[in-house]
Amino acid sequence: MNSLADQLLVLCLLINFAVLGTSRLAFSVRSVAVQGVLLGVLPALVHPFSWHLAFIVVSIILVKGALIPTLIIRAIKKAEIEREFSPFIGYIPSLVLGALFTSLAFIFAAKLPLAPEHEGLLVVPAAAATLMSGFLVLMGRRKAISQVLGYLLMENGIFLFGLLLADAMPVMVEAGALLDLLVGIFVMGIVINHISREFSSIDTSRLSALREE
Amino acid sequence: MLWALVLLPLFGAALTWLVPDNRRRAWVLPVVSLVHLAITVALIAEAPAASPGGWILLDALGKLVLAGNSVLFTVCSLYAVGYLAYRLKRPNRVLCASLLVCLSAMSLVAISHHLGLLWIALEATTLTMAPLIYFNHNARSIEATWKYLLICSVGIAIALLGLFFLAYSTIVAKQEVSLLLPTLIANAAALHPGWRHAAFIFLLVGFGSKMGLAPLHTWKPDAYGEAPGLVGALLAGGLVNCALLALLRVYQIAVASTEGALFQEVLLVMGLISMAFAAVFMARQSDFKRMLAYSSVEHVGIITVALGLGKGALFAGLLHMINNSLTKGVLFLSCGNIHRAYNSKSTQFVRGAIRRTPWSGALFMAAFLAITGSPPFAPFVSEFLIVSSAFGQGNHVTGGLFLLFLALIFIGMASTVLPVVLGEVPKDLERTRYRDAFPTVFPPLILMGIVLVLGVWIPEPLRVLLHDAAALLGGEA
Repeated sequence: MNSLADQLLVLCLLINFAVLGTSRLAFSVRSVAVQGVLLGVLPALVHPFSWHLAFIVVSIILVKGALIPTLIIRAIKKAEIEREFSPFIGYIPSLVLGALFTSLAFIFAAKLPLAPEHEGLLVVPAAAATLMSGFLVLMGRRKAISQVLGYLLMENGIFLFGLLLADAMPVMVEAGALLDLLVGIFVMGIVINHISREFSSIDTSRLSALREE
Repeated sequence: MLWALVLLPLFGAALTWLVPDNRRRAWVLPVVSLVHLAITVALIAEAPAASPGGWILLDALGKLVLAGNSVLFTVCSLYAVGYLAYRLKRPNRVLCASLLVCLSAMSLVAISHHLGLLWIALEATTLTMAPLIYFNHNARSIEATWKYLLICSVGIAIALLGLFFLAYSTIVAKQEVSLLLPTLIANAAALHPGWRHAAFIFLLVGFGSKMGLAPLHTWKPDAYGEAPGLVGALLAGGLVNCALLALLRVYQIAVASTEGALFQEVLLVMGLISMAFAAVFMARQSDFKRMLAYSSVEHVGIITVALGLGKGALFAGLLHMINNSLTKGVLFLSCGNIHRAYNSKSTQFVRGAIRRTPWSGALFMAAFLAITGSPPFAPFVSEFLIVSSAFGQGNHVTGGLFLLFLALIFIGMASTVLPVVLGEVPKDLERTRYRDAFPTVFPPLILMGIVLVLGVWIPEPLRVLLHDAAALLGGEA
């Protein structure tokens, strides 16, 4: 793996912090989109050229960099919201926890029994840190859209780990997983739209009618 | 030919999209599902060879899930015609199309022999269920849909990570990288232990949350409570089996590896925990549809216990999978009728269903007796076999706890069901249009008939199929 790939992975890690630390939704969406594009470029850097690879690279960039952000931005505009106010876990604590998780990810990855050709790479720690950051966003935010962003970060982390397997994953599986993700975001966008119409807000803490008496 | 199972419902979905009339559209469902059922029967009688590359193959486990789902879906689609006639004001285009896409994805789960493909199909079932749960378009159903989408999406993402770990364990073990089931089973013992172990845990958590094993079941009461009856039937009888099949594939790899015993122990504990959760939350449940969700948690628990026991219990566990899905069909469909007739699903208002809706009330009562394991219904047979297998193996703790939870659940469920069915009809009852009629009573009646027949007589082909499937899981054939 070359130094350009490593630099891109560091950028992925920084983007996690950008998402963790901001209250502006549009900025978060764009950050996650940039991370998605990086995920698309990375396989091209670390694997020899093949048509299979070219197809995957183009579709990841298209779906994660353009289609999904468009869907989410549209949902944000329809729901007329800009910022995430008063999350369950504040921005500063999120950043601190994010830093903690990232360092833990590095310690953890150093202990994993990796294949010799993968030892000392940034891929595994970056994947683990992104996964954890996504989980943090998912759990820590009130707004439905922020939770979708958390889910996307998680997916990005899983995709990063998939980088180690890119030769192994058949093209149909990757394309199918990507399509599922796209449809999933599409459905979530529609549900968010209905939540905002029904509750005049997309604050998921208002979704509390269903519980055990 | 196998592809027809996947493509035919998709074609049907496109057709429902084109039919402009709300009333006629529903008829596409039974037509497509009857053809699907016919193809299923033909394929089970004589399964075609594996596709080139081995991605698509119908083995005994797949046949079992496919048959169960196809029967249940056919009954639900017959019911849908009658049900949607009561709800003509609500547009049903999305419902009909999503139901058929879901059938397509469920069929793909049953026939895929490549874990990546299986994962994609399972994720597709999750997504197509979302619009179905949301059919009523009110605040409560949005909430249920959102929780369902989020928890199941995250769960299934964790399962994907588990699959990646499994693939990576082949890299570390310097094997040819593959997610093909036969290859993984053949090489299971040689996979790298650490990654394999992590993969099993992640896959169990991921598929477990889709299946609704406690404590990963939190979306279930909401989704089952708010979805229309026929969607609930498919969730509890169809999708549960799809997620279970995914878990069974993992099980096949686990028992072929060196840590099968550990994996079984984890399943045993998870299953008992699920039964305990169900026993606690089912008591004094005032919403009878949510109660059914806890019953579903209980029964995935029972099946998981059977998997954990292994050996002779595997046959019983697989039989219970079929029995559970058929009985859940009756429960949800009759519940849907009672819900329509009272316009409420709270035990506060719904009383004396046997007088207001005699057929649905009686079916609900019979299905309650069946699902709690009363003879002569089919679940009694499978539950009895599981218990006797537990004691036969000398595992008295499991057997004892199993019986205790069954008893608690019977009492808890009876305290909700008996007043609903037998109590006095409230005097100031709201007037509703629904009365029991042939189209909405006949379908659950068919299912109830099957449950009764399976209780006294298991046809030879089914017995052979169950034995073959149990043998695939490493049970005694």
